[in-house]
Amino acid sequence: MRLLEYQAKELFKEFGIKTPPSISSKNIEKGRKDAKELGYPFVIKVQVPVGGRGKAGGIQRCNSDDEFELKYPQLLNMSIKGEKTRAILLEKMADVEKELYLSLFLNRSKRCYTIIASSEGGVEIESVRNQTIREVGLGNVDVQTAKEVANRIGLKDSQEEQFVEMLQKLSKLTIEKEAELAEINPLAILKDGTLIALDGKVMTDDNSNFRHDELQQYQEKSELEKQAEKNGFSLVELEGNIAVIGNGAGLVMSTFDLVIDNGGKPAAFLDIGGGATTESVYEALKLISKMKRVKGILVNLYGGIVKTTTVAEAFIQAYDNNLINIPVFARLMGTKSKEAKEMLKDTKTKMFDSVEEAINGVVMETNK
Amino acid sequence: MTDIYEIIRGQKDADGNYQKKPVIVQGITGKYGSTHTKLMLEYGTNIVAGVTPGKGGQKFEDKIPIFESVKEAVDATGAEISIMFVPAKFFLGAAKDALESGIKLLVAIPEHVPIRDAMEVIELAKKKDAIIIGPNTPGVIIPGLIMVGIMPASPFSTGRVAVLSKSGTLLYEISNNLTSAGFGQNITIGIGGDPINGTRMIDAFDMVKDDPELQAIVIVGEIGGDSEEILAQHIIDIGFKKPIVGYIAGRQAPKEKRMGHAGAIVMGNYGSAESKITMFEKANIPVAKRPGEVAVLLSGKMNS
Repeated sequence: MRLLEYQAKELFKEFGIKTPPSISSKNIEKGRKDAKELGYPFVIKVQVPVGGRGKAGGIQRCNSDDEFELKYPQLLNMSIKGEKTRAILLEKMADVEKELYLSLFLNRSKRCYTIIASSEGGVEIESVRNQTIREVGLGNVDVQTAKEVANRIGLKDSQEEQFVEMLQKLSKLTIEKEAELAEINPLAILKDGTLIALDGKVMTDDNSNFRHDELQQYQEKSELEKQAEKNGFSLVELEGNIAVIGNGAGLVMSTFDLVIDNGGKPAAFLDIGGGATTESVYEALKLISKMKRVKGILVNLYGGIVKTTTVAEAFIQAYDNNLINIPVFARLMGTKSKEAKEMLKDTKTKMFDSVEEAINGVVMETNK
Repeated sequence: MTDIYEIIRGQKDADGNYQKKPVIVQGITGKYGSTHTKLMLEYGTNIVAGVTPGKGGQKFEDKIPIFESVKEAVDATGAEISIMFVPAKFFLGAAKDALESGIKLLVAIPEHVPIRDAMEVIELAKKKDAIIIGPNTPGVIIPGLIMVGIMPASPFSTGRVAVLSKSGTLLYEISNNLTSAGFGQNITIGIGGDPINGTRMIDAFDMVKDDPELQAIVIVGEIGGDSEEILAQHIIDIGFKKPIVGYIAGRQAPKEKRMGHAGAIVMGNYGSAESKITMFEKANIPVAKRPGEVAVLLSGKMNS
């Protein structure tokens, strides 16, 4: 789960990591109350699950009621890189002396957590220079290691102490919440010498959700995503008009790549999982039927153990029940594909031998 | 490093045939476990025992004995290979049971295993000198000899190309293309689509690279992590000369979105397709634009 800034900061507070005073809201009525409580000036920050919002104008200073009334609705209705604003955070401005970088990050190849720290923060991780990196196994950071990191990035005395404490708290958060990434960036040193988390990013392991009921409140899933999950599918919604369906993440990704290569615009990435049954394909079509922007469906299945006729049966049911009335372009690999083709002969499903042909078909249809 | 070939096929006998190594199935009575046990038996895999707590003493399909624990199954059969079909929540316990009981090759099928549990099991496997394939893997197959996995049999044929793949369905698709083009497979290993893999790309490569029968390697990667980059650097460092062809899924995937696999996510530049393709090209590994092109590129490499 990718937590929004305000959610990450709620976790920071829970673990005792200092953040500037801030309040989150999802509508202007609540926002007005928050503004009174916080007092001008403050910054309005859009909450989106994607980076680069500062550059996109998603963080604005606000000095008065007039400005607030103008800017709050603007930011609330904003989209950044295709992501709509999920919430608004009002936050007091901090008197910053210097910006640092700190994160605990799962290094997948080394199969251990790493501390990444730098005396130059406030930019995206790839641009962070002079990185100090320490491997810390399953994420536990002892005082000695934390001190070494503090010294390496030039912190001494009170600031070293504060840093050690903050890093250990971040480590505790990482372990307890099963985070793949817990990042404080920028970690600010204020003019009065206090260390504070100005921005935060936390990604938790979705596979550990079953033992983290407390994180469910942060789940920002659309109705369709929830339905997909219930069926064991994985769905990524996009702004285009082609629904790309397949079984197995790799196969769907590869189909998705080819659709875009050929000028198509996906509306959905839908992986129905390794196996395919009549029921699962029917459920997938049901899900897609609820996405009004979809103008064509592309299905690429590698049946393997599954017969293609059982998949064709799902299309027939979908037509019989008037579930779908847009064209389907399908490539079904596996046994009995001749029979499957025969079954679908007089329907709106067009069957192809190669995925390339099916893609050409759907792209032409949707770009009409 | 433990030799996967030694565990999975042993040495050739006087007639030039490899051994039929015994295999245990953990979770043999579940819907998924029983379906695939039947398919593996059909393929010729020597399944000697099943494990389902609470069902010890019963028999699967009237012939394969079921035990309460892996320990009992290993004591009775001497098997060193286990394939696991338990729900993700039970992965940690079941994997520990296998490793503590002397299993040397554990094929972990379950999807959605928490990262922390996988990391803990991998630490234990290192201590026990055992190989974990997965979690979230389709398994391992040596065509014509042994299938320890959930892959369909039809795409695979005997031959001399090793296929290493993060994705299951792409492994089938590409192996099928290779087979049609006349490139049978020496072995195929599913790495799995999770962020943390028991056998990483580089480990799988090292397992297969020295097999005298090996002619070429196909690497099927995808966005997320940096295992492809690390493998490419390794290939450069050791000066490996046999032909290799690559494929990377997810070139057009949006950033910071999980594309079906828990591990298929680009964070910043970490895990991007560009980064992987660039490194492959640096290692003189051509990268196919689509799965169907892999066999074509391999033909080219073999003839050059």
